[in-house]
Amino acid sequence: MEGQPVQPAPEETPRDANPANVGLELFGYVGIEAVLDQMRIKTMKTGFEFNLMVVGQSGLGKSTMVNTLFKSKVSRKPTGPSYEERIPKTVQLQSVTHVIEEKGVKMKLTVTDTPGFGDQINNENCWDPIIKYINEQYEKYLREEILISRKRKIPDTRVHSCVYFVPPTGHWLRPLDLEFMRRLSKIVNVVPVIAKADTLTLEERAEFKKRIQKDLKAHGISVYPQEDFDDNSDDRILNNKIRDKIPFAVVGADKEHQVNGKRVLGRKTKWGIIEVENPAHCEFPLLRDLLIRSHLQDLKDITHNVHYESYRVQRLNESNRLALSPINGLLGKDEVESDL
Amino acid sequence: MAATEIARQVGEGCRTVPLSGHVGFDSLPDQLVNKSVNHGFCFNILCVGETGLGKSTLMDTLFNTKFEGEPASHSQPGVQLKSSTYDLQESNVGLKLTVVGTVGFGDQINKEDSYKPIVEFIDAQFEAYLQEELKIKRVLHNFHDSRIHACLYFIAPTGHSLKSLDLVTMKKLDSKVNIIPIIAKSDAISKSELTKFKIKITSELVSNGVQIYQFPTDDESVAEINGTMNAHLPFAVIGSTEELKIGNKMMKARQYPWGTVQVENEAHCDFVKLREMLIRVNMEDLREQTHTRHYELYRRCKLEEMGFKDTDPDSKPFSLQETYEAKRNEFLGELQKKEEEMRQMFVQRVKEKEAELKEAEKALHEKFDCLKKMHQDEKKKLEDKKKSLDDEVNAFKQRKTAAELLQSQAQQAGGSQTLKREKERKNNPWLCTE
Repeated sequence: MEGQPVQPAPEETPRDANPANVGLELFGYVGIEAVLDQMRIKTMKTGFEFNLMVVGQSGLGKSTMVNTLFKSKVSRKPTGPSYEERIPKTVQLQSVTHVIEEKGVKMKLTVTDTPGFGDQINNENCWDPIIKYINEQYEKYLREEILISRKRKIPDTRVHSCVYFVPPTGHWLRPLDLEFMRRLSKIVNVVPVIAKADTLTLEERAEFKKRIQKDLKAHGISVYPQEDFDDNSDDRILNNKIRDKIPFAVVGADKEHQVNGKRVLGRKTKWGIIEVENPAHCEFPLLRDLLIRSHLQDLKDITHNVHYESYRVQRLNESNRLALSPINGLLGKDEVESDL
Repeated sequence: MAATEIARQVGEGCRTVPLSGHVGFDSLPDQLVNKSVNHGFCFNILCVGETGLGKSTLMDTLFNTKFEGEPASHSQPGVQLKSSTYDLQESNVGLKLTVVGTVGFGDQINKEDSYKPIVEFIDAQFEAYLQEELKIKRVLHNFHDSRIHACLYFIAPTGHSLKSLDLVTMKKLDSKVNIIPIIAKSDAISKSELTKFKIKITSELVSNGVQIYQFPTDDESVAEINGTMNAHLPFAVIGSTEELKIGNKMMKARQYPWGTVQVENEAHCDFVKLREMLIRVNMEDLREQTHTRHYELYRRCKLEEMGFKDTDPDSKPFSLQETYEAKRNEFLGELQKKEEEMRQMFVQRVKEKEAELKEAEKALHEKFDCLKKMHQDEKKKLEDKKKSLDDEVNAFKQRKTAAELLQSQAQQAGGSQTLKREKERKNNPWLCTE
């Protein structure tokens, strides 16, 4: 580690530069960057948590998709002929937690499934149980955070990302889709995907995507990655590329087949094998990269810094008005600020 | 409206599921690290020690740079803390370093209160963070964390034992900050004296119950090195920013007529050990300890002091900030009420006194009137008497003139008889009037 080239401190610092601070030149190697390794070791020891929610009508391949994403039987699908009878009459939420490990990195993965969503004849307010669940997780975290003697590491059950499955009609987003996404994009990171995309040709896919993007913009729905939270110009360029491709057209499969001598995950049909991990066939790799390989930490950060904070502000203001009502005229300056 | 229910079923415990292929979340630590690099790190060091022990020089040597500042004088009236923030950059890692030094520590004649400004400063940093955390609209991830992560306590190289000032200060600080004691200017101590000194210091610290920072030994990768370093505490350091040519390399050293002390030579002093421990191995742990142990302790004490308790889980959460404000306002209201009461009492007393005085005045007036009246009466009496005497005098004069007139008439009538008769007559009126 010795003898690294020294770079003089640039005039501008990468983050909020305080003009009162002095940028100093280092005359030799100090070893500050060893803090990165320290951080890496520490986080590998404590492990990560990730909570994913999948929402969509039954039969769109949600459970298969989750299994394909995490390459394991994370979501248990009910199999057997009695399945058709088991469509629940109401929206239920089922959470399953697993611990998966890869190359020394432990991750506690919680997948929340929502069978029954959008399956009834009258689907009014079918998003209510989901919103309630998400807010309950925020509430749990808030309660832990407010305690006097807090735990060292507060267990994080907040939903970090909600993957919404859009049925591949090829036309436009349905009113149910719009309503749901509009409400949920305010409290959680929503990632819309076109499910079972093997029923659309590539041109139909492109058309559908354009229409969906227009629809989302027209209704003011900001899905992940949200434009307001781009940190710097590099992020913006990267996220713009992603935003062009949203929603991803995905195909899920958990069976392996033989293609050109290799075993690949795919769906076998009479007219060919759709390779899930082939970017020419479907955009599953893009979804996986976004969710896991590149933006997982970002999803968690936005959930913590943005969505959780706005829930907290709202909640504390609410309970303040209740708690402080006997004391008159005590509008603190914080309350006034939050009303702005 | 469609009736909705939530039925939630959590998977039995958390079983470990095997992966059948490469998923890719092993990049998670890298994602986290990249984000932190973009965000930047901050590290705050507090240097406590008497004036002239080489605190600023050691900071310069540790971070290989020249911080501003001139040496402080010895005639400070009290202990003050001077803090300066610097932005250091090494390859792609940016560090916001805050160095706080004590000015005038140990210079006063009466050192009883020397530790107070230091404790107050540390508490103020915790308070600032707590306030930000309690706010309703907060920006915690962009907040400039000014809590002290490490406190380097400079021990004077006497060679005997710790001074009582050192013991008292360290005892006050050990529950608030990570203390790393170091022996400053250790080129004044010989090697044999140094081992004895170190043993004496550690035994004194232990016997007085001072908890200094122990390098963590729970992680295998650093357990060994941290364990050996723990045995070398307190580090005997020498600071120098001058470079001298030794052999064929330029090294930081101090030159004496009898030899040269090399700063980075492990045989000469423990500077390299300090740098390793402070920066290269344990910086993250220091920050974590500050946040999870010292800050949580401060927060707990502060909130309990204000009367908050952890209520049972069914009750609603409340904003600590608002209730804190409410309690403070309540307290201020009470103060105001008390003030009002006191004011009222004061006014009442004044009124009473005034009434008393008025009465006294009235009495005086009455007396005065009385006396005046008496005086007038007497005056009148005297005048009356005077008048009556005047009347008498007048009457006498009249008789006198009348008598003289008669006398002159009698003389004109002539004769001694008349004289006699006059004499008799003179006598007679007298006789008659007698």
